[in-house]
Amino acid sequence: MSMTIAEKILARQSGKSSVRPGDIVFVQVETCVVLDSHFRTNGGWRWPKRIYDPSKVVAIADHLPMSSNVDNAIGLQTCRQFVRHFGVDRFHDAGADQGISHQVIADKAYALPGTVLVCTDSHTLSGGAFNCCARGVGRPEITQVLCYGETWFRVGPTVRYELSGALPNGVSAKDAFLYLAGRWGSHENQNIEFGGPGMRGIGLNARRTLSTMCAEVSAEFALWEPDDSLIEYIAGRTDRLFHPTWPDAGAEYVDVRQIDLSSLVPYVSGIDTVVHNTMPLDAFGESVRLDQCVIGSCANGTLEDLIAAAEILRGRVVAPWVRFIVTPGSMEIYRRAAELGILATIAASGALITPSACGACGAHDFGALGPGEVCLTATTRNYKGRMGHPDAKIYLASPATVAASAVAGYITHPGQLEPLGAAST
Amino acid sequence: MKVVGRVWCFGDDINTDLILPIPVVPLPLSERPQHMFRANRPGWAAQVQPGDILVAGRNYGMGSNRPAAQVMRDLGLSCLLAESLNGLFFRSCVNYALPALEVPGVHSTFEEGDTAEVDFERAVVRNPRTGALVQGSPWPAMALRILEAGGLIEQLEADGAIQPQGWSPDPPSA
Repeated sequence: MSMTIAEKILARQSGKSSVRPGDIVFVQVETCVVLDSHFRTNGGWRWPKRIYDPSKVVAIADHLPMSSNVDNAIGLQTCRQFVRHFGVDRFHDAGADQGISHQVIADKAYALPGTVLVCTDSHTLSGGAFNCCARGVGRPEITQVLCYGETWFRVGPTVRYELSGALPNGVSAKDAFLYLAGRWGSHENQNIEFGGPGMRGIGLNARRTLSTMCAEVSAEFALWEPDDSLIEYIAGRTDRLFHPTWPDAGAEYVDVRQIDLSSLVPYVSGIDTVVHNTMPLDAFGESVRLDQCVIGSCANGTLEDLIAAAEILRGRVVAPWVRFIVTPGSMEIYRRAAELGILATIAASGALITPSACGACGAHDFGALGPGEVCLTATTRNYKGRMGHPDAKIYLASPATVAASAVAGYITHPGQLEPLGAAST
Repeated sequence: MKVVGRVWCFGDDINTDLILPIPVVPLPLSERPQHMFRANRPGWAAQVQPGDILVAGRNYGMGSNRPAAQVMRDLGLSCLLAESLNGLFFRSCVNYALPALEVPGVHSTFEEGDTAEVDFERAVVRNPRTGALVQGSPWPAMALRILEAGGLIEQLEADGAIQPQGWSPDPPSA
């Protein structure tokens, strides 16, 4: 039987010759990522008596790494106790190799093509860029996976996105996602599959932005076809086995949708959701004064994102009424951006550069919004109350649009910033 | 399992930040439920009586992976009936033993304050005021077993796979 990528991976990992939408499958988990937040006092952590295979477990400090209160400190202590007790070697504690989990999973090639990866965070879909069935599961399920190495999935139907053309200059994967969410809305209980000739021009970082954001349209998995660039990337970083998985000819999709990347423009979301709630910046029309701008998170903390921001910020300063927070996705990216002078450019504009953490994206350690405050953010999620007070307004956009808007103090198209020569006179 | 309860109605795309806001997550388990829906319906949680039933639209529970179903159970809700459930949230319902059914057509079958009668295993829902019957999707057998155990952690405990609550391998400061 012909299968989509998700169906093929789930069939292989459950030892079946084929699966179809509606099936419940029990799959072998190749990679189990445990986060610091699970170990907080009320985080629901319970000690397994033994774990299935310490070499398949990864532990990452990303929600609490700055230990902003005693409860978080206890969470980090217990996380360290966990890796020590079970002998988990792949541990990314606060320090040189720490970062936001999905960025670390990408940097270290932990998401292996053709396998299953689980973690407690909903943005684990990120690993789909690596042709890996990666997704969030509940904390009790992580405990179950640690004990038995297995979990269950309900196989969903798949929507295929066929990409063609190339993104124009100044238009990013974030814009492509906002276009997708505005046009097609929710994908609950469906898998998303990306492929087509247009994916050649989209790097792994940009693919990951799209897969990560698919959590915002409630996808089950958000998988990309593998290609040479992916296979080289993985093979260069790990000795573990992986299985690049293409869809079968004749695989059945609930819908096949075309996206001509060359036709896209910068997009912005409305507040509270992206589902059928995004529009081209040109058509936005409103004058929205901003109190806070953010670039970061598992979706937009890559080196490319920081470079896109720095190109706009070079020689410019942030509007005096705006608090502008920039969070590199991992400390490795932080160091590279520092070496390249990118952080100096961003800091000179007046932005606050933070250590790598989930941070402002969920008002975890910093970046909380007060009542009535307005935020434009290149992070993941804009639900009511997500970044602090429920009366705050959160709009989503690309790093370039956020940087331009931080300078203007209003939601602004990067092309509409005053040219540098004029600004300095 | 038969469930009968008073109905509260909500719309589409109810997300986990509404059910369990991030600032509420670190609070003791007993204090969390009173904050449910404080952003979209302030004061509602205080009116919920044990056994009440929540009826919702499409994609209930979209968003992040936090123990949102646990909060609903702890608030005393006996059942959730939705046009559709978010995939991640459905897992949360299984994990925390919150009976929750996908029942196409359920949203227009009830008005707030109605009583709902639910045959959970068969996923049949009835409105005694109008006589209307709607059929949902029953839970798979593995999920029903977890529900019967009282939740996934409870099942792991019964299997002897996890240590007792409060167990620690060594002092945290070691």
